[in-house]
Amino acid sequence: MDPLSPPPPPPATAAAAAAGEGAGCCDLKLLGSWASSYTHRVQLALKLKGLEFEYAEEDLSNKSPALLQSNPVYQKVPVLLHSPRGAVTESLVILHYLDDAFPALRPLLPSDPFDRALARFWCHFADDKLGPAVGAVFASSGEAQKAAVAQVHENLKLIENELREGAFKGKRFFGGDGIGILDIVLGCGSYWLAVFEEVTEAKLVDPDAFPLFYAWLKDFEAQEEVKDTIPAIDRLLEYARGLRQMILSHTTTATAAAAAATTAAATSTNIAVDSST
Amino acid sequence: MAKEVKLLGQWVSPYVLRVQIALELKGVSYEYLEQQFGENKSELLLKSNPVYKKVPVLIHKDRPICESAIILQYIDEVWGAGGPAVLPSDPYERAIACFWVSYIDDKFGPSLVGLIRGKTDEENAAAAEQAILGLELLEEAYEKSSRGKRFFGGDDVGYLDIVLGSSLRWIEVIEIMRGIKLLDNAKFPLLMAWAERFRAAAVVKKLMPEAGKLMEYAKEVQARMNAAAAN
Repeated sequence: MDPLSPPPPPPATAAAAAAGEGAGCCDLKLLGSWASSYTHRVQLALKLKGLEFEYAEEDLSNKSPALLQSNPVYQKVPVLLHSPRGAVTESLVILHYLDDAFPALRPLLPSDPFDRALARFWCHFADDKLGPAVGAVFASSGEAQKAAVAQVHENLKLIENELREGAFKGKRFFGGDGIGILDIVLGCGSYWLAVFEEVTEAKLVDPDAFPLFYAWLKDFEAQEEVKDTIPAIDRLLEYARGLRQMILSHTTTATAAAAAATTAAATSTNIAVDSST
Repeated sequence: MAKEVKLLGQWVSPYVLRVQIALELKGVSYEYLEQQFGENKSELLLKSNPVYKKVPVLIHKDRPICESAIILQYIDEVWGAGGPAVLPSDPYERAIACFWVSYIDDKFGPSLVGLIRGKTDEENAAAAEQAILGLELLEEAYEKSSRGKRFFGGDDVGYLDIVLGSSLRWIEVIEIMRGIKLLDNAKFPLLMAWAERFRAAAVVKKLMPEAGKLMEYAKEVQARMNAAAAN
């Protein structure tokens, strides 16, 4: 099996009932990849808002003209095509766009400006620090991996702290009583933590070290829309094992290991070979 | 109510300049607190931005907001009535502006930093290439989003104008330091004209650091780096 080419996708899931704001089935089209957590963010957001959309699975080893034309700068998924305006790219930009374009449908961001700034800050942190640290764990082994695991723990500690005594103290979700943008962003990467723990044998989310984060994650994963979005764990495991094998088979010497880890960290962060963002 | 709003900044930082421009555009009075470089970070900075320990930090009613792009959005939302909207009001146009802001922060900005800090010819060449690619993309983006108007945002300085424009003084310094032309009039006529208009805007003229002072600072940084490398 070519680990770079994901197994055939599940049948395209039909979206929830059409939006009150009249987004018909052909107004919204999402170009994505089944294993991409960035794609999952947008799928989850669309489901939470109850928006109908068409989904097109991209073969990232053979990108469609539609993808290349609609995202010439990065050539990555996800891309949201909203007819007749055009393409919106970058998952965080797409999530904000959905709130702006469909303000009457279940908001993803809080309404208070300070709370919005906080949610945005931690979304930035997730993509800037936590994501790459997790990717580095996956892409490395031995001493380099130990250092990467320590980095993940440092980052999780910060989030745990915000849950315990900081900005999100006493809340069920980062968004409050219901899932919001930060839950989506953190949650749609966090299932990879369990996958990587299995595949690399590194301990990432110790429920004793990060009890609040762990409890939040389980609660998030139990939500209907989330269960509907995240692929089955055995498919993710199979995919991750293949990718991990490929990465490790390139690391025959220590220096090759360092080089491969740097490249692979950049690619495996997105878990679709540098093709999603 | 000047004490209600504080800005932790450093005069050399284009990211801080972004916030100053936005506050000025909205007519917000604030207390500016210049922060030290290097090891001597203030208690207030460490307390306000424990995760990154960087400027700018906007403190409003004793609550900190970090990351310049996030601060700009916050200013637009809180002081909406103070001046023209910083972010586009149309959702799609806003998404396009946000995309380019994110591109500038992820790719273009780092290429400029690469040009300042580059130690080898290879590093500098790679950074220059990335910077020029960025300018090509932004020249095209300007053409598309402005639709013949004076700024990316239309008639007034907006989000993307502020974010890109805040780097103009550093681009000038880099061009002199590295002996290269980045904002080439032949290659980027629209951006050049836009840059002149941006620099001429009253709020920008008031706040942009002097080129000479910035050049001196850049030389000091280089000298320190060379000394460190020699050891």
